[in-house]
Amino acid sequence: MSLYLRVLTVGLVCFWLLLSGFWYKPLILILGLFSVALTAYLAMRIERVYSLRSVTKIFIRVPLYMVWVSWEVVKTTLDVVKRIWLPKRYPISPTLANVPMTQQTRLGKTIYANSITLTPGTVSVRFEQDGKLLVHALTADSMDDLKAGGMDSRVSDLEE
Amino acid sequence: MFAATCLALLVIMAIALIRAFIGPSVYDRIMAVNMFGTKTVLFIAVFGFFSGRPEFLDIALVYALINFIGVIAVLRLVERVTHTGTGAGPK
Amino acid sequence: MSLIIDGLSWLLLMCGAFLGISGAVGTVRFPDFYTRVHASSVADTLCAALIILGLILQAGFSLVSVKLIFILAFLWYTSPAASHAMVRAAHFMNVKPYLLNKGKPPSKP
Repeated sequence: MSLYLRVLTVGLVCFWLLLSGFWYKPLILILGLFSVALTAYLAMRIERVYSLRSVTKIFIRVPLYMVWVSWEVVKTTLDVVKRIWLPKRYPISPTLANVPMTQQTRLGKTIYANSITLTPGTVSVRFEQDGKLLVHALTADSMDDLKAGGMDSRVSDLEE
Repeated sequence: MFAATCLALLVIMAIALIRAFIGPSVYDRIMAVNMFGTKTVLFIAVFGFFSGRPEFLDIALVYALINFIGVIAVLRLVERVTHTGTGAGPK
Repeated sequence: MSLIIDGLSWLLLMCGAFLGISGAVGTVRFPDFYTRVHASSVADTLCAALIILGLILQAGFSLVSVKLIFILAFLWYTSPAASHAMVRAAHFMNVKPYLLNKGKPPSKP
């Protein structure tokens, strides 16, 4: 049994118990176990190559990264809100540019593109052929921040 | 306090509806509907607290998933209609 | 003690409502589709987070809080996917962005 499958099963069982709140009725618990098994089977069919293999990465590095991304979301949100209410003093300068990516695995690339889209002010548009990412940014400053590569190196640290 | 938040969410939904009506392209309308759906999730959650029935949260959870699937499905349909001119079947 | 929690909850809910209204106003004000997506992502991420944090403070330590956290996690996972899908479809369909630097367009689809 791979590490991924074990973490997935335990996570799904916890998820089911927390969501239903039925801790004591045997019939419903059996139905829950059945649905957990079905979901784990479907998840194993979707993708067989996983890049997150070590436990420390899953349980320590990824939550730390989530906290960091939340802080980034707060900062960029304040920036965008400034530009919504005071368009004269803080003008927008929409930019469309290619941003280099250093991630190797598909999971890492997905995490990076999702983080870019999650922070307001930048949206990832599409993957280019030469391993770059086409990004639309609300301001030229946020595009420069992205090209400086802080988020890129953090996501690359997450993968092996 | 929940009543004030409900009111603010209703205002947000109204503005999103304005964008959905005047949006020049179909993508503006989809974006407005997506925003409307997200705010509906929050509205159901806050309204559950307002009326003292937190069971509404289950509905909010399901609505979040349905909203996401719905937006993706409408986008696929729009792509297919603009490709082939009909909404029926693969090209 | 409950006064402090109530006050904090008020603050979070009102900040969330303000951010949501900002995002909605932004979707009306901004000039083209791509910039409107930025405004709507303001209303989708931090607004939802603040409102749900305010509700969690009211609910205390219970299964209700756990469900609220799940709602927040769903919203934060699905909203980037939805905005990326919209922007990608619009780019694929040649919706022209309003750009400030008219110098060189970066790529043609």
